[in-house]
Amino acid sequence: MDTPIIEFERVSKIYQGGAGPVTALHDVTLRIAAGEFIALIGPSGCGKSTLMRLIGDLEQPSNGTVRIKAKTPDQARRDRDYGIVFQSPVLYDWRTIRKNVELPLEIMGRPKDQRRQRAMELLKLVGLGDFGDAYPHQLSGGMQQRASIARALSFAPSILLMDEPFGALDEITRERLQLELLSIWWEAEPRPTVIFVTHSIPEAVFLADRVVVMSPRPGRVQRVVEVNLARPRAFETREDPQFFALVTEVRECLRATETAG
Amino acid sequence: MVTAVRRMLPVVGLVAVLLLIWEGSKVLFGISDQRLPHLGDIVTTMFTRTQGGNGPLLLVQMLINAWATLRVAMGGFFIGGLLGFGLALLFMRMPILERGLMPYVIGSQTVPILAIAPMVVVGLGRMGAEPWVAKIFVAAYLTFFPVTIGMLRGLRSASPQSLDLMRSYAASSLQTFWKLRLPASLPYLFASLKIAASASVIGAIVAELPSGSSEGIGVMILNAAQFYNSRPPALYLAILVAGLIGVVFYGLVALAERLIVKR
Repeated sequence: MDTPIIEFERVSKIYQGGAGPVTALHDVTLRIAAGEFIALIGPSGCGKSTLMRLIGDLEQPSNGTVRIKAKTPDQARRDRDYGIVFQSPVLYDWRTIRKNVELPLEIMGRPKDQRRQRAMELLKLVGLGDFGDAYPHQLSGGMQQRASIARALSFAPSILLMDEPFGALDEITRERLQLELLSIWWEAEPRPTVIFVTHSIPEAVFLADRVVVMSPRPGRVQRVVEVNLARPRAFETREDPQFFALVTEVRECLRATETAG
Repeated sequence: MVTAVRRMLPVVGLVAVLLLIWEGSKVLFGISDQRLPHLGDIVTTMFTRTQGGNGPLLLVQMLINAWATLRVAMGGFFIGGLLGFGLALLFMRMPILERGLMPYVIGSQTVPILAIAPMVVVGLGRMGAEPWVAKIFVAAYLTFFPVTIGMLRGLRSASPQSLDLMRSYAASSLQTFWKLRLPASLPYLFASLKIAASASVIGAIVAELPSGSSEGIGVMILNAAQFYNSRPPALYLAILVAGLIGVVFYGLVALAERLIVKR
């Protein structure tokens, strides 16, 4: 592997809870290359969101080191290396959709016409070209999540952190957005590294280059499944026998974590 | 046109029902005009001339005095609002201060304003302050508390994830305040400003009572109460006008909210 963009070296995270310390993540070592699409999957409490938050400097490790582009996560955050998409869109409801997408650029002090142009460009990319002047509550859940993706991409971050971004959407919208996300990611120049947290096995396999299977109590990396399905992937990929084989492999892997725990 | 009628219907209907209850209970329970005057008499009283027939209409005099009270209320509202806003900011930045000072803030509101107002008025008067200073002080005293509580709640209303986003953009705390915490707090702020608007009117009126002041709806209420035996409707009129001040002020705040809070 080339020099990794994300490096976990024996990382643990322990929370001090009311009922004593809880190990959310135990001894995780992981290397992720630039431009990779990584899915994190596992049952609740396996630490997949914690792992994502450690990358994004939203949490600090208790032990071990996290390096992002050979920097500390804190430095990477200051360099605006992270775009984040949560399960809920977290749009600011007093701003129009366009102004929401402009928000990061506003904070980074980009000139007004440049922000505006970039926001319109991205809204077109996610299929919301006509909705720039709408307020978030006027849009459906799927459209709001598209806006949230546009906002995360607005400043072209090198790492995209996605915490179950399609978890609250219906299956049909979800599959459509998966395809759209893949094509946006595939065509982006430079292509960002994606960390995608999910509960869904088919989603993980369909999107990722590698699926990191995690197990709970304490949260740790169980196995990493390589997904060697051809890119760009399409609607038909989900009907490929190899796709089914990989879904089965991940599923078996997850079951093994349960019986082991 | 039809929608306008439809919108007015509940208001007009409610007034009609109130009139019916008022006059109906007079007949039903045999309440004398001395204790509960006819509504018609109150209306007639509005258009009697003051000062033995040479002064302005009583209604005009009431409204002039109401304006004096509203000015004091607005002054107190403004100062108390700023103070409440400042305290909320301070408490948000320093939770230790909140824990230390909040009991005193709450205590200050539990002491009846009727007991404090004369002390403030007399005390500030002795120090040589103009009477309006004391009145504004009392109005501000009643205003700052709801604003502190509402604003503090509002400043803390931004969701953890919306704060995470700001963090991921490496936003400064000032940027996080202007672009997230403050706009997120506005609905809470306006809810408390509406309470503060009516509280400041109460403060202004109460401060007019002991001061021997020459103007204000509080003075009108005192006068009308003094001459109640000879002319009961005047007191009712003064009370209605006092209520009107509160409604007008509340309306102004609600209007400001509609202009400022977008969504």
